[in-house]
Amino acid sequence: MHYRGIFPRDLFAELERLQRDYDGSPSIRGAAPGYPAMNVGTTPKSVEVYAFAPGMTPEEFDVQVENGVLTISGERKDIVPPEGATRHIGEHFTGRFRRVVSLPDDIELNSTTASYRDGVLHICVARREAAQSRRISVQ
Amino acid sequence: MSEKVVKRENASEENAAMRPAVQVVEDATGITLYADLPGVPKEKLSIHVEGDNLIMEGELEINSPPNMEAIHAEVDLSRYRRAFTLSRELDGDKVTAGFRHGVLELRIPKAEHAQPRRIEVQAT
Repeated sequence: MHYRGIFPRDLFAELERLQRDYDGSPSIRGAAPGYPAMNVGTTPKSVEVYAFAPGMTPEEFDVQVENGVLTISGERKDIVPPEGATRHIGEHFTGRFRRVVSLPDDIELNSTTASYRDGVLHICVARREAAQSRRISVQ
Repeated sequence: MSEKVVKRENASEENAAMRPAVQVVEDATGITLYADLPGVPKEKLSIHVEGDNLIMEGELEINSPPNMEAIHAEVDLSRYRRAFTLSRELDGDKVTAGFRHGVLELRIPKAEHAQPRRIEVQAT
């Protein structure tokens, strides 16, 4: 899967992508989208980020917003099979993970919320009032 | 005949599902299967045994705001599905399941007659 800038206005990501498209060299973090899988969406009032990271507890996540960048990191522990057991299939991601999302400029840091439900970490970053489009009535 | 094929293709498209990652561990008394099903609430999970087939299915329920515009989606299907064939010594009637933080844990015990028995080796 090719890297895509999450936000169209993310100029650096866009330039990086263009450059990569020219010389065909993949991202240093690998061509795979990474773990956990993420969905991102926006509403006029918020940026919604969903990370599909099952088998964790809320305390095991480290969520940070710094310089307009949201970082989700943590560690997924491996299942410890009982002594003498055989592992036939082992497809789960285990170990440390880290994913980064660049946020738009109009975010309101103080009202960021995060919740973990059914194995999905949901982060809601509020956007500033001023950036929300307002309808101007024509006199 | 070709019509039939087309129909089947359409049907499979409608039923497009993600394949959950699994871990399968076997010990002396049975098999434990762990499956990653993030986004599936307990009510939307179904596990059934048909003959010697174990089928697990789950539907995602992400309560995103109705006016949300998706910008980036790595999870873009709304279902998971995966099936396994159970071997004869496994007891499909006694499967037990637990589900926590998007991880399904299934325990499939071995049938009584298939439980391990130690055979003494006689020295002659």
